[in-house]
Amino acid sequence: MASLQAMTALGAREAAMVTVGSVTIAERVDVALASVAARRGHDLQPAANAAGVPLPGPARYQSGTPYSGFWVAPDMWFVEAPFATHELIADHLKAAFGAAASITEQTDAWVVFDLAAPDLAPLMERLCNVDFAGVSDGHATRTVIEHLGCYLVRQSRGNLRLYGPRSSAQSLLHALEAAALSAC
Amino acid sequence: MIIHHPILGPRDAQEFVYLGDASLIDRPDGMTAGIEEFHEYLYQRTNPAGEHRELWYHEQGDRSWLVVTRNTVTHEITKVELARDVARSRGRSK
Repeated sequence: MASLQAMTALGAREAAMVTVGSVTIAERVDVALASVAARRGHDLQPAANAAGVPLPGPARYQSGTPYSGFWVAPDMWFVEAPFATHELIADHLKAAFGAAASITEQTDAWVVFDLAAPDLAPLMERLCNVDFAGVSDGHATRTVIEHLGCYLVRQSRGNLRLYGPRSSAQSLLHALEAAALSAC
Repeated sequence: MIIHHPILGPRDAQEFVYLGDASLIDRPDGMTAGIEEFHEYLYQRTNPAGEHRELWYHEQGDRSWLVVTRNTVTHEITKVELARDVARSRGRSK
């Protein structure tokens, strides 16, 4: 019997943790992710309320237990949950929404980095065109960092989560490290 | 140039990808339209100096298609709509 162990997006056994000056970049491998898109003419809110799945308004992130969610497009959200309990998150959501929504598994399509620093604005203004200092906590948007389409969720001025394309995880991490060197 | 996205508010035009004339929405029915009509649709474009309706894609945002009414001389944008709303209002989308 083969003994298999999943590798992280960076090809390692353990999640990466990098500190550059005052900036901490922590890879997260304990997050399950799926997309939820409302099928035409269906209101997802009743099922979402029953299952405890937050479906926030445009450009917003809403946290919850076990599900958190952020808006990605009209009638479409990304929903995250702890990997340990919701590895099959798409199946959980499919059961909650039935034929009202189209669900796709997204966990292994992305690399997740949690960034922390006393103030992330100097770093983010070097990386992307999001007005990080100007937007409020809970702001979620798609943006481009180092030519890579990423989702950025601002938790606070000093904390954010980035979803980047998994196949370019190393490039994204390099960009974050290089910008952090310059910003600190 | 700033495009006032109907949902996300003012966004830098750099976030968008330009496709072209919004008449692309009005594709003829391939089963019934004649070849002349398809030729018109595919190859004939007006190139107005003035008001122009065009398709823009919000690549660095919510990835929605927009119909932007823009003056090609002054670059003034007078109207921005979600392309899906425009298409549905013309009976295009399923």
